[in-house]
Amino acid sequence: MRKVLLPLVLFLAVVLLAALPVIGSRALVQDLFMVLCLLVLALNWNMLAGFAGLVSVGQQAFVGVGAYGMFACVILWGMDPLAGLLVGGLVAMALSVPVAFFTFRLNGAYFAIGTWAVADIARLGISQWKALGGGTGTALPKGAVQDMPGIQAIRALIGGSKAAAVDALTYWLALALVLAMLVASWLFLRSRMGLGLQAVRDNPVAARSVGVDPVRLKALVFLLTAFGTGLCGGLLFIQIGRISPDAAFSLLDWTAFVIFITVIGGIGTLPGPVIGVLVFYGLQRLLADYGTVYLIVLGLIGIAIMLFARRGLWGGFTQRTGLDPLPLSHAAPRPVTPTDP
Amino acid sequence: MIWLDTLIQGLMLGGLYALFAAGLSLVFGIMRLVNLAHGDLIVLGAYLILGIGTATGLNPFLAAALALPPMFALGWLLQTALLNRVLGEDILPPLLVTFGLSVVIQNALLMGFSADSRKLPVGPVEAQSLPLGPVNLGVMPLVTFVSAVAVIFGLNQLFYRTALGRAFRATSDDPVTAQLMGIRPDRVFAVATSIALVVATIAALYLGARANFDPATGPARLLYAFEAVIIGGLGSLWGTLAGGLVIGLAQAFGAALNPEWQILAGHLAFVAVLLVRPRGLFPRAND
Amino acid sequence: MSALLQLTALTAHYGDFQALFGVDLTLDAGQTLAIIGANGAGKTTLMRAITGIARVTGGSVVLDGQRLDRMAASDILRAGVAMVPEGRRLFPSLTVEENLRIGAYARQGGGFWTLPRIYDLFPVLRDRRNHPGTALSGGQQQMVAIGRALMSNPRVLLCDELSLGLAPVVIREIYAAFPAIRASGTAIVVVEQDIGQALKVADQVHCMMEGRITLSGAPASLGRAAIHDAYFGVRQA
Repeated sequence: MRKVLLPLVLFLAVVLLAALPVIGSRALVQDLFMVLCLLVLALNWNMLAGFAGLVSVGQQAFVGVGAYGMFACVILWGMDPLAGLLVGGLVAMALSVPVAFFTFRLNGAYFAIGTWAVADIARLGISQWKALGGGTGTALPKGAVQDMPGIQAIRALIGGSKAAAVDALTYWLALALVLAMLVASWLFLRSRMGLGLQAVRDNPVAARSVGVDPVRLKALVFLLTAFGTGLCGGLLFIQIGRISPDAAFSLLDWTAFVIFITVIGGIGTLPGPVIGVLVFYGLQRLLADYGTVYLIVLGLIGIAIMLFARRGLWGGFTQRTGLDPLPLSHAAPRPVTPTDP
Repeated sequence: MIWLDTLIQGLMLGGLYALFAAGLSLVFGIMRLVNLAHGDLIVLGAYLILGIGTATGLNPFLAAALALPPMFALGWLLQTALLNRVLGEDILPPLLVTFGLSVVIQNALLMGFSADSRKLPVGPVEAQSLPLGPVNLGVMPLVTFVSAVAVIFGLNQLFYRTALGRAFRATSDDPVTAQLMGIRPDRVFAVATSIALVVATIAALYLGARANFDPATGPARLLYAFEAVIIGGLGSLWGTLAGGLVIGLAQAFGAALNPEWQILAGHLAFVAVLLVRPRGLFPRAND
Repeated sequence: MSALLQLTALTAHYGDFQALFGVDLTLDAGQTLAIIGANGAGKTTLMRAITGIARVTGGSVVLDGQRLDRMAASDILRAGVAMVPEGRRLFPSLTVEENLRIGAYARQGGGFWTLPRIYDLFPVLRDRRNHPGTALSGGQQQMVAIGRALMSNPRVLLCDELSLGLAPVVIREIYAAFPAIRASGTAIVVVEQDIGQALKVADQVHCMMEGRITLSGAPASLGRAAIHDAYFGVRQA
């Protein structure tokens, strides 16, 4: 029964989310776009910190570089924003190679500082790029976004303005990115490499002795998450339409929130970020009128989780109930036990 | 001549960064804790000095002296109530707890004091300078620099010449065996964090006297401070001073070339030093 | 004569693994006691349980009327039980003299053992007082570890595997300090795999196997054969 119920619920949820631009309001679409993007970032950060043990506080570097890569393609070379998106992701991944080379020299907690410094270097460096507005930033030409492929078809489908169609398209892309990230994470974590990674996290010495090379695995995760994070950065700023170094490289928006989402939901668990982003969105709606209080509450919840329930809400749930609907481990072969007398 | 002036400015700025970094360096050296809230605690100290000064009419130097005991107590509370519970093999919980703390402090300050920038009124000394050969040396930067050297010297004496310092080093080496000596690691850590916050209060005084600050000032300063600690060599106090000077000099010379390059030059110096010396300038022998 | 240190039905765990199964032991004032047994017999866990480093899960440890088994390790040292841990465990950041001084960290008031007396006991350390502790030879490191434990002026000194990894001549040199330690009034427990030296200094011997004491008595009263059997787990009929 349960085996059927869960996939059915998940499937219905995805269908409902996919239908949202047709049936829901534009404000809701914009809200959920942001939620989905934060979820993508959280899924990426969770892979890094929760599974690869790379606690980065500099992921905004890849958001910013992905976004600026996309902007450069559109503004300087007249490319389509969607193509620019892909280029942005690839540029972010390319950047992650020298960044990894540098930050992997720093042990443990100092890796966090290294990534943070790198993100600040990226922000300051981009600020020097006058063609893209330097320190004050620039906007995407209106036409470029509204002439993206599929916009006309979407307008026909949802019956709104061009801008609403752009919102719908970016929303669907974000949803697709979330699903792709979830599936890719699940497959990766259950693969040989993913299991190796979890072995490294749980016991580096033992993992090495059975032939897992932790540095190579971690570098691979760092590269792939830079790509995912860069793509998400590009997508975010197609929808936002305006960019500046401070916005694109925001520690608070693209890393701090993401860390809280992951920690609240359950770091090192796959469903954790999904749960976390729901809580995050709920709190945001609840405390929307009190910006600072909202952040204080978020910080306190994060601290409380670390003190009392390190594996977050999802970890607490699986621990208390013994249920894990999405197991990452392969089930051990059923032991042959003699029946009790 | 302008280069000599820049050199001196860089050294003075480096002294300030070393002050920001000294507490971090001490805490990291003893308990391997990276405190992401240190910058915000310095800003908190600056507001405390400002508050005491406003309430009593005392000048910021005396107000800072009055701020030392409450900051010491805050350090004790922070360590015993929060940080001691998350220290351990896993580096993630302490990082995330101090990260959360940083956000909480910043926004609590924002609620209490608004985003307006403030400054500590140190009076006429701010504008005074000493002629030093061809250049003029500001009195406040000089006092800052001398304080930084004095703080590092004092911490070094504490670390290497006292019973408490022996307990610090023993606990850092091997907390389990330290307990066999009658040392309570939790208390040693609490004392260390309290001392770090005393140093943070001194740093806060010079931060607030030198330039405007607001609730969001912490993180950027924290980043420079961390860079100083890392390139100095983890756990080496004199190394932290050297690291602060490197960042300060790089920023001063960067700014002399182009004001927009100040911060960037500091970061690039950080990267460059680590590429050449991955363990920093003065790494501890046994790490 | 009343017992100085009394263990009653002590059980302890090493992680999830139960390492001690109801150990009873009595140490009188001024007495030297040897605990021998093969690797994994539970000797080190016993030492760690007494000093508060291993988790005591049942039974009691009483020092002169005072329950130790729920106290923190640092308080147990204050109560008067010091340990020379297995593998010496000197502090690498501290010099020889600092290692000795930190032994007196929790000490209140005077006592027989002072820095000069430790240097009289192990004169070689005096010349090397400013070296890093870990720069010394294994035997000298062991001397520092013993001196460090004595600096707290303990009523009970626990020595875990003193001879591990040391040459016989060095082991003899270290055990030569025992009469002076006994004369200072300190009761001693030595844990050894190396039976020879332990039997020479001990008033009483206990053999351990699989977390239990399997044989006890004065060294003279126990035949070598019986000790041998208990050590290797051969049960007498």
